[in-house]
Amino acid sequence: MASRRKEQSPEEGRLIETDVLVVGGGPAAGWAALSAAEAGARVVLADKGYHGTSGATAPSNTGTWCVPPGEGRAASVEQRFKRTAGLADRRWMLRAADQAYENLQKLVEWGYPFPSEEDGSLYIANLRGPDYMRFLRQRVQKAGVTILDHHPILELLGDDNHVAGAAGLARRNGASFQVLAGAVVLATGGCAFFERILGGTGLTGDGYLFAAEAGASLSGMEFTGKYTLAPHGSSLNKGLPFRWATFYGANGEVLRNARGEPVTNGIGGGERQVAEALLAGPVHARLDLAEPAMQDWLRRGQPNCFQPYERMGINPFTDLFRVDLKYEGTVRGTGGIRIVSSDCGTGIAGLYAAGDAASRENVTGGISGGGAINASWAIASGWWAGHGAARHAHRRQGRDGSRLRPLGTTALRGGTAGPAVDLAAAARTVHDEIAPLDKSYWRTSATLEASERTLEDIWSRLNRAPPATGIERLQAREVAAVTASARWTVAAATLRTESRGVHRRRDFPGESEVQASRIIVSGLDRVTAVRETLALETAQEG
Amino acid sequence: MIEVVSADRCIRCDICERICPAFVFDRDETGLPVIARQDDCQTCFLCEIYCPTDALYVAEQADGPTGITEPDVLERDLFGAYARALGWNRGRAGGTRNDPTRHIRVAQV
Ligand SMILES: Cc1cc2nc3c(=O)[nH]c(=O)nc-3n(C[C@H](O)[C@H](O)[C@H](O)COP(=O)(O)OP(=O)(O)OC[C@H]3O[C@@H](n4cnc5c(N)ncnc54)[C@H](O)[C@@H]3O)c2cc1C
Repeated sequence: MASRRKEQSPEEGRLIETDVLVVGGGPAAGWAALSAAEAGARVVLADKGYHGTSGATAPSNTGTWCVPPGEGRAASVEQRFKRTAGLADRRWMLRAADQAYENLQKLVEWGYPFPSEEDGSLYIANLRGPDYMRFLRQRVQKAGVTILDHHPILELLGDDNHVAGAAGLARRNGASFQVLAGAVVLATGGCAFFERILGGTGLTGDGYLFAAEAGASLSGMEFTGKYTLAPHGSSLNKGLPFRWATFYGANGEVLRNARGEPVTNGIGGGERQVAEALLAGPVHARLDLAEPAMQDWLRRGQPNCFQPYERMGINPFTDLFRVDLKYEGTVRGTGGIRIVSSDCGTGIAGLYAAGDAASRENVTGGISGGGAINASWAIASGWWAGHGAARHAHRRQGRDGSRLRPLGTTALRGGTAGPAVDLAAAARTVHDEIAPLDKSYWRTSATLEASERTLEDIWSRLNRAPPATGIERLQAREVAAVTASARWTVAAATLRTESRGVHRRRDFPGESEVQASRIIVSGLDRVTAVRETLALETAQEG
Repeated sequence: MIEVVSADRCIRCDICERICPAFVFDRDETGLPVIARQDDCQTCFLCEIYCPTDALYVAEQADGPTGITEPDVLERDLFGAYARALGWNRGRAGGTRNDPTRHIRVAQV
């Protein structure tokens, strides 16, 4: 029964025309594609990986923010809002809760196999990643969307102030292709800064770079001080089991907090102490607070979490094991492309952003959206962006695309005067400027200044190097995007001289009331960071 | 990361090559998958569950190979371990209806 499909080599220079191009293959991309197709648009979805397994959701197990309509909803928003470090927007929270709930109901209608509660009703607040994304792909196929797997986008196409397509390559052979589109949705996920987290390999902030090259801004990039526990050396940055952990020092003695109590709950009160202890040396954990019933639920409900233990041959409920705090950048942090309209427009005509590619400050403020908000935001924002893009494409119908030019710069064109850059080494350097605990869990002006110098050097070397060619363009653009994302992060973190949400400054440990506004970053060769309040005032005066 | 492709178990379909999100596999002239870009592997274990014959093994270390061999994997009964835990079978999805995560989330707060 083994069948060998005919190998087809993607041909060089393929040109596709469509109404809406969705860039990405995670939940935000899937929902955007379904939404645009529902609105009557022809849709192409181009994914760097395989739509169904790529991105942060597919290998995970995402809880959603699932709030049924009714009186409880306003209360739920209010309760959440209190935890957003003052930077969320209640109206966006409400409409995201509403849209996500509506779309979860669509999954029910379409027959997604949700588990049942004891009373027989369906429990829809959890989506098991592999199953959810496989199901979503089938719906996307059914909706007539053209899916291009393993076709990463490298840059946008546009004319003055307008985006109308994108160009990329086929990973099979490096062949170039272009998609001309009435509108583009960036659903490229967050930036994991080359940290090896679940689903993180392809998450290199490409959409941030594309958006900035088109003239859009980003917001919330300082809220990237987000880490989650994982068994040492593994990819399993899933915090939930660590709710029932006790933590131990290298000598096997239990870690104690200032009050002399054992350090427990690695996704709550214990996290900061574990982080402090990790700066001094190895830390071990044991999930010894889980009762037998909980042990069973954890094993059956979060099976991915147990793969490392099983493969290492240990029982995490009875054995001590070493842990890391894995850096998560904007995947569980909140920064991303700044959204300026209710349909997730970026302020650049024809360009929309959804999911982790967009800033999630509207719904989660300055704290992590992991655990519930991000999954619902991906669903809701994908849906809005898909409709927005379809409407835009409809209005643009019949326009002539002959004046389009490629908008990509760094690593694609220009350069030539300088030496080639060792991309793997550059990737490691950038990672090491941002991922260590003493760079992003705690920041100081000294560490930020040092990072800025290193990152500026890499950025200018990337710009002087001869442009990448063929398949190498993918890695070159990924390194460029991660470097750019790191520079925006450092710029925003430098401007925010306080600690707020998941931005922690050792030199400014307290929250400062006058800084309760967002920070917008933009620019490529010259990065600027401004407070949103000032930007708005200037715009009004100007 | 991905370390073992069992030539005995593999039926030379092309599923792992197509579905790997990090584009790690090529295939040789007989159709057998080869781990061509191991360092790109994101240790997500998804190739294992999509494989219709449990022919793949992803070790737990994300930064580099552990050196585990096919006989070790067999002896420890680790082929298909993740699929069994999820309720997937022969590359087909299953098991979400029995997911008890709701109990965990209730107890979490
Ligand atoms: C371990 C883990 C557990 C999590 N658990 C939860 C949870 O319980 N609850 C919750 O709310 N959130 C959770 N999150 C966060 C959640 O997974 C993300 O917010 C969500 O996946 C975002 O969806 P997305 O579609 O925007 O991005 P992703 O799912 O990350 O998808 C991004 C997509 O873009 C593609 N792509 C990237 N660059 C390009 C390019 N240049 N061209 C084409 N395609 C490209 C990628 O291949 C991928 O398909 C978790 C995250 C992790 C890592």
